[in-house]
Amino acid sequence: MQEMKLDGNAIGGLLREIFTVEMTAARGTCASCGAVNELGRVQVYLHAPGTVVRCPDCEQVLMKIVRSGGRYWVDLTGTRCLEFGEG
Amino acid sequence: MRDTHPLMGFVSRGFRGKRRDTASSARVPPGQYVVTDFPVLSAGPTPRVNLDQWTFSIEGEIDEPKRWTWKEFRALAAETVTKDIHCVTKWSKLDTTWKGVSVDTLMEGVETAAEFTTVFSDAGYTTNIPLDDITGNKAWVVYEFDGQPLHPEHGGPVRFLVPHLYFWKSAKWVRGIRLQNEEHPGFWESNGYNMYGDPWREQRYWGD
Amino acid sequence: MISRGPRLITWQLGVLAEIVQETPRVSSLYFDAPDWPGHLAGQHIDVRLTADDGYQAERSYSIASAPEDRRLALTVERLDDGEVSPYLVGELRVGDKLELRGPIGGYFVWRGEEERPLLLIGGGSGVVPLMSMLRHRSHVARKAPARLLFSSRTLADVIYHEELERLSSADGGLRVFHTLTREKPAGWTGYTRRIDEAMVKEVVWPTQDMVDVFVCGPTSFVEAAASLLVAMGYDPRAVKTERFGATGG
Repeated sequence: MQEMKLDGNAIGGLLREIFTVEMTAARGTCASCGAVNELGRVQVYLHAPGTVVRCPDCEQVLMKIVRSGGRYWVDLTGTRCLEFGEG
Repeated sequence: MRDTHPLMGFVSRGFRGKRRDTASSARVPPGQYVVTDFPVLSAGPTPRVNLDQWTFSIEGEIDEPKRWTWKEFRALAAETVTKDIHCVTKWSKLDTTWKGVSVDTLMEGVETAAEFTTVFSDAGYTTNIPLDDITGNKAWVVYEFDGQPLHPEHGGPVRFLVPHLYFWKSAKWVRGIRLQNEEHPGFWESNGYNMYGDPWREQRYWGD
Repeated sequence: MISRGPRLITWQLGVLAEIVQETPRVSSLYFDAPDWPGHLAGQHIDVRLTADDGYQAERSYSIASAPEDRRLALTVERLDDGEVSPYLVGELRVGDKLELRGPIGGYFVWRGEEERPLLLIGGGSGVVPLMSMLRHRSHVARKAPARLLFSSRTLADVIYHEELERLSSADGGLRVFHTLTREKPAGWTGYTRRIDEAMVKEVVWPTQDMVDVFVCGPTSFVEAAASLLVAMGYDPRAVKTERFGATGG
């Protein structure tokens, strides 16, 4: 069952589509516990109706991403702040 | 053999993908294909449930909230039902057999003006379903699948089952039903997925 | 720059130029991709397959080739119940085109400019991005000392075995440690068990001072290895991880 859990590297392409820049090195601050982690380190569950990203420290939801037919629904309420650069 | 697909563009020579049985059938909603395995979809870690502490409750717009311990729950009249289930990710599984307690049994004697419900689970998962869609022999709280105790990866020990709607509404690791006067979008409904979710009208996303 | 290349990564076509079988289940695929912008060791590409009826499947694969290599290489393990890997390893022929996009990744990358020691821990096909790093390292003039701890099922399953031998023989700064989890071949001098505390203590640098660490493989392997390093005193945030899952193959 643990094999279902991946990390932010697995959604590198998806995040690039959404943010248009490389995001796996971006730092996200968890709105629940305040932990700051590079997105490459966060927990990712892909096998769901959408993608659920969770904090590696407290397991609360950082992001939810649903993509269908050219539309995206992105919930970032679990991420207080996202820090990233152009590269 | 085409090199390009009219809408998609490039076509990969010789790629067929998993064979998807999309033969149309009165039992298969539009856009679905039938599977014989039971795919596991997960939005988070599998909760470890301690049955000694487990309870199922009906709360919210109700004079006296109801609560059952595992022992009390297992003492309720149970039934075995066979249903087809349809996941929004397009797989359908026919003739699945479940054992559990009908929501009608749980709602016996409950008086409420509430029209809506939120079905909630361990680990913060929620889904919204109109009260009319979980009563009248339409929903169950189940603990056995295919004659065996429900496996944790499929929502065990106890999950919700409301097969006439897309399967994300059949909340895994269910802990209760909250009766509400207003509709509150759940975990997926607040992020793109349809508030109602009727597979026969292919209501997958917002605006469908 | 975190990664080279255009701002928007778009799908492009690579042409399969060569297939090299590495082990019974694993093959390397070498592509000519004229629009390829270049990459950093550790990055991956997304691959997209489209069937006649429009059905599509996408998967990510780590780039096996070094940034210096002429062709873009993937090393793919064929999973029998997979959807994409049996196509890549089995159906795809030299001359066929493959839709891909990339390079993707800014966290699990090793540029090689640093002279900090490099610690690599790989399980099965998790060795692929680590191999890109070692291949890149072979081009770097001032080489940082490097150690690879590589877990495989059996001797026949060890991907890149000969090349790793060659690289470590030619360069005293690279040490490769193998462990086999399902076999104890006659004459084998490597480890024969799952990675554990004792093995990690013998292989890795004792202190984490300024060591670059990359761990890659199945989720359970990565978490076991990372925990062992943390228990030894490695800073969890300095242990970079990439989990390969059973995402369908």
